[in-house]
Amino acid sequence: MQDSVDGHPIVVKALRKSFSGRTVLNGIDLQVETGETVALLGRSGTGKSVFLKLLIGLQLPDSGSIRLCGREIPALGLNQLNEVRMRVGFLFQQAALYDSLTVEENVAFPLERHTKLTAVERERRVKELLASVGMQQDLKKMPSQISGGMQKRVGLARALALDPEILLFDEPTSGLDPITASEIAQLIRALKERRRLTAIVVTHDIHSARTFADRLVLMHDGNIVIEGTIESLQNSRDEFVVRFLGEAA
Amino acid sequence: MKRGVAVVMLIVLVIVAAIVGGGIAEPAQLSCFLIVAAAASRAWINPGRSSQAPYTSAKTVLISFFEWFGEMAVFCGRLLQAALVPPYEIRALLRQCESVGSRSLPLVALAGAATGAVLSLQTRDSLTRFGAQSFLPAVIVFSLIRESGPIITGLVMSGRVGAGIGAELGSMKVTEQIDAMEASAINPYKYLAATRVAACVLMLPLLTLAADFCGILMGWFASSLADPVSLRLFLENGFQNASYNDFIPPTLKTTLFGLIIGVVACFQGMRTTGGTAGVGRSTTSSVVLSSLFVIVADVVLVRMILVFFP
Repeated sequence: MQDSVDGHPIVVKALRKSFSGRTVLNGIDLQVETGETVALLGRSGTGKSVFLKLLIGLQLPDSGSIRLCGREIPALGLNQLNEVRMRVGFLFQQAALYDSLTVEENVAFPLERHTKLTAVERERRVKELLASVGMQQDLKKMPSQISGGMQKRVGLARALALDPEILLFDEPTSGLDPITASEIAQLIRALKERRRLTAIVVTHDIHSARTFADRLVLMHDGNIVIEGTIESLQNSRDEFVVRFLGEAA
Repeated sequence: MKRGVAVVMLIVLVIVAAIVGGGIAEPAQLSCFLIVAAAASRAWINPGRSSQAPYTSAKTVLISFFEWFGEMAVFCGRLLQAALVPPYEIRALLRQCESVGSRSLPLVALAGAATGAVLSLQTRDSLTRFGAQSFLPAVIVFSLIRESGPIITGLVMSGRVGAGIGAELGSMKVTEQIDAMEASAINPYKYLAATRVAACVLMLPLLTLAADFCGILMGWFASSLADPVSLRLFLENGFQNASYNDFIPPTLKTTLFGLIIGVVACFQGMRTTGGTAGVGRSTTSSVVLSSLFVIVADVVLVRMILVFFP
């Protein structure tokens, strides 16, 4: 069961982050409801990936509040932080599969450490997870032997291994051909409908975002410019929003 | 140009350290040596800084030096905590022992054998001139077990394992595999760093034994080519005056070499930034710094062994 603040498992307030004097997040406020999928859009280098890493404590903010599953992330010690991390799945931009492990070992890795499943149960669970993302074959292959799209699928299976309540996706469709990108987008949508997961998807692919997102949030210069449905973004007269949607089209 | 100067400076410092021997064990002198050596190695690793004004460059190097040691101290704290608090990553440790130990064995054995052969060939002439040819087995055995074996093993492992760990962890860092591990609530200090450091600490003394063994065997073989003597007689002569103090402390000092190699390589690897170029820098700095610290540690440890195990 999700711990949340008024039905919002993700609550971010006045979040600021800068690197070497350059501000990348300038007071971000964002709340995500239980079961909602938010697409975080924006140009490259606007701090979208940094935002995701701040959410699970991979980086520390300069100031502001991040509440995930009802816990204030920047204030947590490592053990408490790991308790929260086990309830969150994270798909990295390049999938970040462990390149010394096979496909099935990658998915089994978090299960070995955080569950008491026997080897047989673990193997069955790994096969189920990989089947759920369309990866029934190539279990014994190394990550370098499979395509980018397949790596993302395996990364997604690994992110789902501990049955998370929240999923964070960092550019799930980047670097993929349009068909594979569309398949990944459909997969995210199917997961959302099947598991009623709360998710934030960082992307600059507005076409994919339309497939799975309940709400779109557009970032620029470290701020949220606009948020709402695709229709509300299309009706906006803000210069940057018009330009972004125009270029994306 | 500056890079060349830095390399020469580094070599001179190492030679001075070796010559000065006992004097460098004084803490103040040792600190000065470390500061200058780290500055030189940093200049070697980052030649791009040479365009800065000398004052700014010196200030930056000094700040970077203290930053490096500060970050290293924080890293060691996390590493120690990860290593001591259960659960322990026994399977990963065994895998690393195999990687660090078994796979390094041929190289270390070859280096030890070559050292033994060279010692035999070089020393024979000198001893013959003074009519002390009968001391050849003892010279080879003492030289190998007291110093050559441990330091050769330390330096060979700095190159092989230091580069391997630095490159592997550096690559994992830039491809976000270490972030992915943290995001999965798995402590990379425990799974990646502690296992590698422990494997280095455990394997270095065993590899030193292998280097000593191969060195003595090859020393006997090279010696027998000029003047045939049975292995048994060679060993009897060689070990006649040897005591446990000649053998155990020098062999066990390599645990510290292992600690240095493991910690420096893991630290440099896990702080990699800047893509594949960054991985290259981490690999180079892992080898340079671990070799440098192994040599400095050897000077200090030799002095300590002479004091405590006369």
